[in-house]
Amino acid sequence: MKLHKRMMIFTLMLGAAMTGFVASAWADVRIFACEPEWAALATEIGAGDVSIYTATNALQDPHHIQARPSLIARMRRADLVIATGAQLEIGWLPVLLRQSANPAVQPGQAGYLAAADYVHKLEVPTSVDRAQGDIHPGGNPHIQTAPNNIAIVAGVLLQRLQQIDPEHADAYQARYNNFMGRWNTAMTRWQQQAAPLHGVRLLVYHKGWAYMIRWLGMVEAGTLEPVPGVPPTTSHLSNLLAKLKQQPVAMIVYAAYQDSRAAEWLADRAHIAAVKLPFTVGGTDAAIDLFGLYNDTIHRMLAAAGSKQP
Amino acid sequence: MNRYIKPMRLYGRLHPMRKSQRQNSPSVLAIIVCALVLAGTSLPMESRASESAEINSLKQQLEQTQALLRQIQQRLSRLEQHQADKPSTVATTKTDAPPSPARPQPVRPVMPQYTAQAPQPAQASAPSPSGTASANAFNPQLSAVLNGSYMAFSQPPSGFAIPGFPVSDAAGLGKRGFGINESELDLASNIDNLFYGSLTVSLAPEGGANVEEAFLQTLTAPFGMTLKAGRFFSGIGYLNQFHSHHDDFIDRPLPNRAFLNTQFGDDGVQLRWLAPTDTFLELGGEIFSGRAFPGAGGTLRGQGTWDAFINVGGDIGYSQSWKAGLSYLHARSVARNAFDAAGNTVGNFSGNSRLLLASLVWKWAPNGNPVNQNFRFQSEFFYRHERGLFGTVTPVSSYLGRQFGWYAEGVYQFKPAWRIGLRHSELFANNSGAAVTFGSILDTGGHRPRRDSVVLGYNNSEFSRIRLQGSRDATQNKVDYQMGLQYVMLLGAHGAHQF
Repeated sequence: MKLHKRMMIFTLMLGAAMTGFVASAWADVRIFACEPEWAALATEIGAGDVSIYTATNALQDPHHIQARPSLIARMRRADLVIATGAQLEIGWLPVLLRQSANPAVQPGQAGYLAAADYVHKLEVPTSVDRAQGDIHPGGNPHIQTAPNNIAIVAGVLLQRLQQIDPEHADAYQARYNNFMGRWNTAMTRWQQQAAPLHGVRLLVYHKGWAYMIRWLGMVEAGTLEPVPGVPPTTSHLSNLLAKLKQQPVAMIVYAAYQDSRAAEWLADRAHIAAVKLPFTVGGTDAAIDLFGLYNDTIHRMLAAAGSKQP
Repeated sequence: MNRYIKPMRLYGRLHPMRKSQRQNSPSVLAIIVCALVLAGTSLPMESRASESAEINSLKQQLEQTQALLRQIQQRLSRLEQHQADKPSTVATTKTDAPPSPARPQPVRPVMPQYTAQAPQPAQASAPSPSGTASANAFNPQLSAVLNGSYMAFSQPPSGFAIPGFPVSDAAGLGKRGFGINESELDLASNIDNLFYGSLTVSLAPEGGANVEEAFLQTLTAPFGMTLKAGRFFSGIGYLNQFHSHHDDFIDRPLPNRAFLNTQFGDDGVQLRWLAPTDTFLELGGEIFSGRAFPGAGGTLRGQGTWDAFINVGGDIGYSQSWKAGLSYLHARSVARNAFDAAGNTVGNFSGNSRLLLASLVWKWAPNGNPVNQNFRFQSEFFYRHERGLFGTVTPVSSYLGRQFGWYAEGVYQFKPAWRIGLRHSELFANNSGAAVTFGSILDTGGHRPRRDSVVLGYNNSEFSRIRLQGSRDATQNKVDYQMGLQYVMLLGAHGAHQF
């Protein structure tokens, strides 16, 4: 009798699963974007042929996301997962992938795209020791802060979309071409606009800007976090303040999701600007898309550098 | 993973069925230790006096080479800097940074031709992850948990019992004073494209190893199904499936200790199905050997325990998320022992044990960002119905147990690294039958066990946790005031956390 009960439960589950399978026949490509910048990129190339779910917003720290039931449910039906990779999402994405029971988006499949796999990564540590903080053995994962990385990922995304949805391959290609035309123009413009930032020294909250700093030829003079992933401490900030007296910097930058208090505390005392940068799409009101993200980032830094460095 | 709250829990010591497993465990341990040694160390070369001159000259050469390398690196970084200053265009693929000896060769993406209309050939496997860690990429995630504590009790912990509840070996709270609790080794990895596997071995402070979890799980089963097989913690309720180093309190709630022997796990299979809906809906069922509490004796040819559960969950705006579940656990026990705090057998039960379990967890984090502040509320309700025979040595007298328990806890992280938590647990037993005699362990004496705790936690990073907990424990008539200071340290791989 007990065996019957058990068999019944399993049969019921199997039946329910079949129904689910039939019900999940959809027309467009469902994209699960781990961060807003990849959702924005997918919008540029996929437009009406895709439906996009963004797992995080610009006010969330992408290192620390809880593997919420809603995320698992959304990943269950995704055709393509776009992650940053390089262990940025190591605290939550593996759980989502395992729990989602979705064979199409497991690593190694066409439905799993880790953007950082395709760009040249900076700050790849030669030794890995947790005393250095929560460092990423694969290199700095915050690749979206330089526009040439976006362009590289756009190419990879195009291929994936064409592979998953060959029917609309031409449409993806056309939108990619259009996007790249605008993007290359914009990159040239940003490069010219940001010329005054070349050589400008800055403090950062977290090592989240390595690609931007290298792209614009800026100089990172230190981080507010004593080591990556450990919140700023009073003693560390005091040390930084003392250091700033010898070697001044033009500004302190922090991401929209980071607590502004440490940056403002130090900026007040050092008489420099604390600059909130969008970090990703949606981080500020002006960062409505990828173009807005870079426009606003450069605009904010120029304003800070201009006011403090006459 | 770790079981710091119950140094008593060693299947091998108390359950005859687990004895063989425990005897095997030193070899398991040996394999792990060997793997650790091989993975982590390069064996030092034996040096002799006669070779020292040669070594010195080699050292000099090495230093010269290193100096040369530094020069090259400096030149290269200047060059790279120079290149980075130029506007980079993507239409040409040659703007990638030049290869440098210090960095791995960048993996050049297969760029689609700007004008080509033909879709590129399938390339999912063509570009591969770059990075220095790639040599270790196939090694499993390896981590160890260290865990030690100082405990103070106003009543002797050797007198621990829960009136009216025949409890198993892991329901108690441990010893007074300083001690390390179970240390833990954990290996986890995708086995191939189809399977994921995990092994957790706990090492008791007094020696001996215990296979806590050893399971495989499918990754690519169709229709949203996931199959798990091996030894694992059951998916019933909310808290049960978590390894205790994720906990915010030093111990598990009173009902978990009484009804699930702190944490219910056994050897068996689990099948889960995730509904293809935007709201999280999960159905699951498990069949177990029936050797672990609340089962016993491996009844029904080693399939004596089964359960089923349903979980639903979702978000409310950006800042709130929730999960609720209902579970039913059915065990058929033969000669299930009850123990006192010293490990002596004080009771014996044969019959059916049914447990109904409802759980709710609600989390809040401003804008969904838990880094600076977050709050979690969690509560579970238990109802157990046990019918069968009970006796002190052999089950002889009739026994019907209707037992109820619940707990509720809230944990508030008020600033990064710091959190405070409150918990209340309560049990109530209504036992009847010839076995319920005055003064027996089934006799509640009109007492309702309850326990209140407050905890202050400090997490320097995700890997180190220190907590101070005070409790007012009215599990028995005499109130026990308890204090605990504990550390939990995670070495190695960064585990991902479930909700």
